[in-house]
Amino acid sequence: MEQKQKEMKYLNATWRQLVWWRYQKHTLAMIGLVSITGMYFTAIFCEFLAPYEKDTRHLEAIYSPPSTVHIFDENGSLRWPFVRKTDMEIDLETHKMTFREVMGVNYPIKLFVRGDTYLFWGLWETDIHFFGVDSPAKLYLFGADRMGRDVFSRCLYGTRISLSIGMIGVFLSLVLGLTLGGISGYSGGWADVVIQRIIEIIRCFPSIPLWMGLSASMPPHWPALKVYFTITLILSLVGWTDLARMVRGKLIALREEEFVLAARFLGASDARIIFRHLLPSFTSHIIVSVTLAIPGMILAETALSFLGIGLRPPITSLGVLLKEAQNVTTVALYPWLLIPVAFVIIIVLSFNFVGDGLRDAVDPYSR
Amino acid sequence: MPPLLEVDDLQVHFFIDEGTVRAVDGVSFSLEQGKTLGIVGESGSGKSVIGQAILRIVPSPGQIVNGRILLQVDEKENLQQQTLDLVTIDPRGALARSIRGSDISMIFQEPMNSFSPVHTVGSQIMEALLIHSDVSKAEARNQAIEMLHRVGIPQPENRIDAYPHQLSGGMRQRAMIAMALVCRPRVLIADEPTTALDVTVQAQILALLKELQEEFGMAIIFISHNLGVISDISDDVLVVYFGRVMEQAPVKDIFDYPLHPYTQALLRSVPGIDTPVRTELATIEGTLPDPLAYIVGCPFYGRCTECGGDSVCRDQPYELTKVSPEHFVACPRMCIKL
Amino acid sequence: MSASDILIEVKNLKKYFPIQKGVFKKVVGHVKAVDGVSFSIRQGETLGLVGESGCGKTTVGRMIMGAYRPTGGEIWFQTPDGGPRLNLAEMTPAQMRPIRPHIQMIFQDPFASLNPRMTVREILAEPLIVNKVAKGAALEGRVRELIELVGLKVQYLTRYPHAFSGGQRQRICVARAMALYPRLLVADEPTSALDVSVQAQIVNLALEIQNKMGLAYLFISHDLGLVRHFSQKIVLMYVGKVVEYAPAANLFGKPRHPYTEALMSNVPSVRSDFVSHKIILKGETADPINPPPGCAFHPRCVYAQDVCSREEPLLREIGPDHVVACHFSEALDLNGCDALGCAI
Repeated sequence: MEQKQKEMKYLNATWRQLVWWRYQKHTLAMIGLVSITGMYFTAIFCEFLAPYEKDTRHLEAIYSPPSTVHIFDENGSLRWPFVRKTDMEIDLETHKMTFREVMGVNYPIKLFVRGDTYLFWGLWETDIHFFGVDSPAKLYLFGADRMGRDVFSRCLYGTRISLSIGMIGVFLSLVLGLTLGGISGYSGGWADVVIQRIIEIIRCFPSIPLWMGLSASMPPHWPALKVYFTITLILSLVGWTDLARMVRGKLIALREEEFVLAARFLGASDARIIFRHLLPSFTSHIIVSVTLAIPGMILAETALSFLGIGLRPPITSLGVLLKEAQNVTTVALYPWLLIPVAFVIIIVLSFNFVGDGLRDAVDPYSR
Repeated sequence: MPPLLEVDDLQVHFFIDEGTVRAVDGVSFSLEQGKTLGIVGESGSGKSVIGQAILRIVPSPGQIVNGRILLQVDEKENLQQQTLDLVTIDPRGALARSIRGSDISMIFQEPMNSFSPVHTVGSQIMEALLIHSDVSKAEARNQAIEMLHRVGIPQPENRIDAYPHQLSGGMRQRAMIAMALVCRPRVLIADEPTTALDVTVQAQILALLKELQEEFGMAIIFISHNLGVISDISDDVLVVYFGRVMEQAPVKDIFDYPLHPYTQALLRSVPGIDTPVRTELATIEGTLPDPLAYIVGCPFYGRCTECGGDSVCRDQPYELTKVSPEHFVACPRMCIKL
Repeated sequence: MSASDILIEVKNLKKYFPIQKGVFKKVVGHVKAVDGVSFSIRQGETLGLVGESGCGKTTVGRMIMGAYRPTGGEIWFQTPDGGPRLNLAEMTPAQMRPIRPHIQMIFQDPFASLNPRMTVREILAEPLIVNKVAKGAALEGRVRELIELVGLKVQYLTRYPHAFSGGQRQRICVARAMALYPRLLVADEPTSALDVSVQAQIVNLALEIQNKMGLAYLFISHDLGLVRHFSQKIVLMYVGKVVEYAPAANLFGKPRHPYTEALMSNVPSVRSDFVSHKIILKGETADPINPPPGCAFHPRCVYAQDVCSREEPLLREIGPDHVVACHFSEALDLNGCDALGCAI
């Protein structure tokens, strides 16, 4: 009986349900999906989730290592997680800073605490943070950087910028790729030849020098926001070629599909064929390609910013954060500055897992 | 004298997330030297899996869960026994490899898939020789040329250096037969070898296989969905449905006196000379049972129109019954009388 | 028999595909996929178009559907209800659109010819919507009528193609093709992807629909047995050309071309009491890019003589409705199906 019900469920399923069922079987893709959802959630609410503003300096905490979160007090009894205030001592001979916890007062980690004021989504001012500790203690989950800024908070802000660059950049690439690839694939002829040659020429340039050249031509006095959009534009101007090729190839293949031919033989207009048959069969492939293109964009931004020719402070992306960890001394003494790398890796891997999972799931007759 | 190859109660199951697919569920047959056994069935009947099981190349997640595949072998190194149970050997071991190609070999529907596109046809045929027998390279090349000549490829001295894509479909199929037979196997498994070919080329390949069988004396297991091809080449025929043998008999009996309602229905659904033109053909209503289902009785129950099909058909455990010395039928009610 | 009885008449139809090479797509030659094919189909009749792979039979079908523009030749179609006779070969896609409802097609692969994103209801409604034939309750009524016509249940209308077996999908394709009451159905290998028992169901359905609706079929197939069962007239093609064109009974009873004879003898029979005399041909189908001179079949022909390699045999009428392209049609005494012992 149960067997019968399962069968009926399958028989009456829609296309989307089928894709989702197949997707769910892909464990890594599910993990990737959860992780990406989490990342975007973090990016959207980063001001609220971060305990500090990204640019708040704490001069007494320069290069402070990650705070130790205790759950046992001095007497060994279990307590709500707390931190202790730390004191910095500077060795006057070596200028090495050491941090020591001050025993006695425990500062429990509180939820919805008041802290730095910020403009939430640039709309209203508030000072409520998801979690934090009371002054004078500080909560540095990932330590602090050379200006005493909280690396954890900065990672959350950096994730927002990096993820949005990925999304906006891919969106622009997609517009370019869909238009040019669509013209190329659907009309064919000389338009196809011209567009294909342009793509080949663009792809001939080694990408890093091309980005470097384009971003070096940006005047240094430009405001940070303008730089941000220009960088996005540069990345998408180079990145659309893959999408255009995918769109063209898929269109050519689909145009000869028998169900498209059948619609033509029924007398369907070009518009109906494009919007009713071609595009729906196409969106799943576009989503897959986009998912696989986003990590490329993110890596490109990270690379540019790391080299110092991409985004610049005060805009904080993961690449900008990594620029701090450029020299060996820093890395040897303050390894927590490398934590943004972990964010990059997690983001890129998650997108790849999701893309792979989707690609397997949208192919209707693969099994 | 035991038969060359004996398959006894073979069961191959595929363990997938949703359950177990009993692709081959208790198939038994034996094969004599120089004879051809035709295995005929529709898609989803498990006919190809039988061939894969004999070669021990059942793809994952399939497993041989029961049965014996007894092959009479020549004395091999480290091997005294005369009868070898292929189910017990390690499918990736040296013994399995030495059996594949030299004792049993296989040809497929699409020869392009069994040739490597980056090596010449000749080097791939020679490779089989060099692995399985103790010959020099020059000798192997001569034998390969001889074999290509034997399967009817013109100018074998030149064609031996051709890449697979340079040959036409029929020539590739001939080259694959040459590769399969160059080590003189005693069993050849042919899985739909003519399905992708045109009728005239199909006739050529069938004639060639018969000729080579006469010359080399190998036994052939010929797997096909095409009843005509099966009737053309086989000595004995197994009709399989849903992983089980429905009927087994010499070719003449199967086609002239089919006893199982399924066999009869299959034969009637092909238009023949005595079918009046433009009249309704006999069909088989319904579809195959759910592959995940476990069916105790006759798997054709529910589609069978012969005796109405009652609880006896559904519940009486599947059994192949002897009706004459060489004719076996798995029809619980034996509703068709001779 | 009046001339208006002829539904479609194909005259000297040609399709040459250019072979392009290099960056500038220079045309270096032509594949003569279809080279001078003529036949006609009467109202309500079935014509079988038979040949081996690469003989151009599919291209003929596609040209009638207007998917390819012919290189040469005419396709005269008699529009229904005493309408004008139109040459489809010269029509633009826009001019073709009002004719489309009268000529429909079903394909070989039932898995590729249904859009996986549309329910059966949407698939069957599409022809009615795009041609503005029906809407609302009338549309729903017609869709239900169609699905019942092909023997499927009305409940299936909400399902997507993945829920159906190959045979059921082919039924849906037939239903979609019937939506506009076509006069001609082009069926390109409609059963070769199906198991034999399912194939029989589709053949029965096609016959039933033909009896009910009186439409004509162009049945394209490589399966001689099926064509014999199904067609009144048969065109046999070899490398882009017609080799023999005759009523089915004449062609099978007394073929006049050696290729027809050989092909018939090569069909394996399911009857062991028919001991067939196989004529095993040499070699394989000629390459349409570079066909042999003279008669394209002469390198494989068992009766070939010198003249066959020099002179191309022209199609000529040698009997009532019997057309053949062989120099020796009269001289050869070829065996028909009975004499060959083939049981197709």
